[in-house]
Amino acid sequence: MAIFERFTRLKSASRFLQYTTALCPAHSWAPTRGPLLRPAGWIQHRCVHGERSEASSAAPPRRPFSQVTPADLDFFRQLLPGRAITDPDVLESSNVDWLKSVKGNSEVLLRPKTTDEVSRILSYCNQRNLAVSPQGGNTGLVGGSVPVFDEIILSTALMNQILTFDSISGILTCQAGCVLESLSQYLEEQDFIMPLDLGAKGSCHIGGNVSTNAGGLRLLRYGSLRGTVLGLEVVLADGRVLNCLATLRKDNTGYDLKQLFIGSEGTLGVITAVSILCPRKPKSVNVAFLGCSSFQNLLETFQACRGMLGEILSAFEFLDASCMNLLEKHLKLTNPITESPFYIVIETAGSNAAHDEEKLHNFLEKVMTSSLVTDGTVATEEAKIKALWSMRERITEALRHDGYTYKYDISLSVEKIYDLVTHMRERLGDRAQNVVGYGHIGDGNLHLNITSPSKDPALLAAIEPYVYEWTSQYQGSISAEHGLGLKKRNYIYYSKTPEAVTLMGNIKAMLDPKGILNPYKTLPDDIC
Amino acid sequence: MAARVLVGVKRVIDYAVKIRVKPDNTGVVTDGVKHSMNPFCEIAVEEAVRLKEKKLVKEVVAVSCGPQQVQETIRTALAMGADRGIHVEVSGKDYDSLGPLQVSKILAALAKKEEASLIILGKQAIDDDCNQTGQMTAALLDWPQGTFASEVAVEGDKLKVIREVDGGLETIKINLPAVVTADLRLNTPRYATLPNIMKAKKKKITNVKPGDLGVDLTSRLEVLRVDEPPQRQAGVKVETVEDLVGKLKEAGRI
Repeated sequence: MAIFERFTRLKSASRFLQYTTALCPAHSWAPTRGPLLRPAGWIQHRCVHGERSEASSAAPPRRPFSQVTPADLDFFRQLLPGRAITDPDVLESSNVDWLKSVKGNSEVLLRPKTTDEVSRILSYCNQRNLAVSPQGGNTGLVGGSVPVFDEIILSTALMNQILTFDSISGILTCQAGCVLESLSQYLEEQDFIMPLDLGAKGSCHIGGNVSTNAGGLRLLRYGSLRGTVLGLEVVLADGRVLNCLATLRKDNTGYDLKQLFIGSEGTLGVITAVSILCPRKPKSVNVAFLGCSSFQNLLETFQACRGMLGEILSAFEFLDASCMNLLEKHLKLTNPITESPFYIVIETAGSNAAHDEEKLHNFLEKVMTSSLVTDGTVATEEAKIKALWSMRERITEALRHDGYTYKYDISLSVEKIYDLVTHMRERLGDRAQNVVGYGHIGDGNLHLNITSPSKDPALLAAIEPYVYEWTSQYQGSISAEHGLGLKKRNYIYYSKTPEAVTLMGNIKAMLDPKGILNPYKTLPDDIC
Repeated sequence: MAARVLVGVKRVIDYAVKIRVKPDNTGVVTDGVKHSMNPFCEIAVEEAVRLKEKKLVKEVVAVSCGPQQVQETIRTALAMGADRGIHVEVSGKDYDSLGPLQVSKILAALAKKEEASLIILGKQAIDDDCNQTGQMTAALLDWPQGTFASEVAVEGDKLKVIREVDGGLETIKINLPAVVTADLRLNTPRYATLPNIMKAKKKKITNVKPGDLGVDLTSRLEVLRVDEPPQRQAGVKVETVEDLVGKLKEAGRI
């Protein structure tokens, strides 16, 4: 049969294949179920022919782009005096991602200040067939923000001007290189806030956030960037400037082009300016940090929360006891409450302190007396709020201190979320140092992280593609908000149909025929 | 040992808030601004509660002077473990001019009335930075004082206090009754946990007027003007040593 043919031909992957076919017992071979379940059936097919699975996240061979010549450097130096960097020490940090997991070999870092400069750079690179890797704050977690080979790094670091802000509509326009935290601080003075917030806020650029359709801690309340971004200015691969920088809440004139670029991870165009709708700064913010004895109680607390706090709820995050151990061990943070298997961070944001406190206290009394929650604390002062939030926001940092981290960002239906964590813990046993789960439970988004003292290919093989298959089996997304970047590009088929991916390839070919924008990322190797 | 500890807690503008001066320069904007317990007062409450947990003290009473809103601050102290609260009602012009002299008179009167044998205060408030209330209270009561405490230990009927001073640490032994003011390193205040927050709702806060304590609130100080500190001038970057010398000469420095 087909399986055995494959088996003999691919001896090196044979151990792995045996492994993958054994993993899919729940799948039926025949697509007897309806079209909705077809992706799962297709995955079955993919497992068997998955000769590339073992090396999926590794980089493909370098494509035949041109290499940077002295003449090219002259052009860049003339265009960007003092801002065309070739010093290897400076380039070092831009060549490595935040997780220190991937490293490129770029020799040129460009720092344009204006859209016009970006346009000229891309026009030139397109003519010369030079690959370009756009880079914002370099805080991405899937290796999408650094070069794979010698792509020229196009940094938005100096494109950090705020262009306009309308305090009646709350619409902000700014260049793509503005750091998220700086924008938040600017807006706070005007009594507004950014509609998104993430742990990387001190370093990430808004252009990068939009290119990756970043989610974050406030998505529950304010929605995704697909709703809050009103307009974009994008430079296309050949240098053409696409000005869709509208500042209108409603504009149904033709196809909504900006949606193509949001989440395209720098592969369809370089975002140079953003216009975004900002909500009013809430007058009253409260944060509660609660402990639950079981995941079931956590889910019921979430339901109670939605019911009793509904309109003022602005974040609902969770972390497990393993996360708390890491925070205590590596960052010396103290647990604000008694030890529990699960912890919840709830934030409320509203316009009236007295009303919100009453709602919050009623909710807390209810969950405490019904024992859904075993312990907790509440904060209204900014310093204490920051301290409680850091228990959730600094987990990524704590993980980094624990060794090499394998990160998985999964979307699943809320009831199933923690099953994946317990499953992986059982499955990996002693091979993994720590298996932790935390994330935006309110959005159905789990951050599953596994650590080992150093990079361990055997452990990686035990995790991938099992974790993706498990996710696919339950109709989840293998990348809820982190994107695909370099590391997950070949796993796209676990969450999207082949027809969809083919169409993505068509769009890429149309907008970037030479494929110079952020190559080797986002789309799978068999498409590009 | 000491039966009753009095802890003073002050409601101040939260330390993370950006302070704005009122347009008429008479003071700082407080309306609609986030307030919370003075951080040093939190440390004082924590120390008092720890003494109670070690069974060295029977009752912790939290005191605050001000308008209705200070009750929130007293409730926070109750949630941290204080047994009951006293709200000394001061509002309007009296509250605007309330300073260490008036507060220390109130605390001295309360200490006598409540028969307290230990008063723990924060070393200073983050709004006025006076660092006077503890010392004045001790003087009015003619009690010894252990200020800037970074460690407090009970030894019989005396208190051993390690003080943070400019030259290092000073260890003193003082008789009880005494006044202690808390410095930063005395302890790390606990989070008020939900069960305690719930319990605190049922604890008692009594209202008292300064007149009932025989205290005169007139201030001997008048605030003339409040200004923001001058804006820091931006620095200038120079490319060469010659430029630097040139600029220094221009500024008349060399």
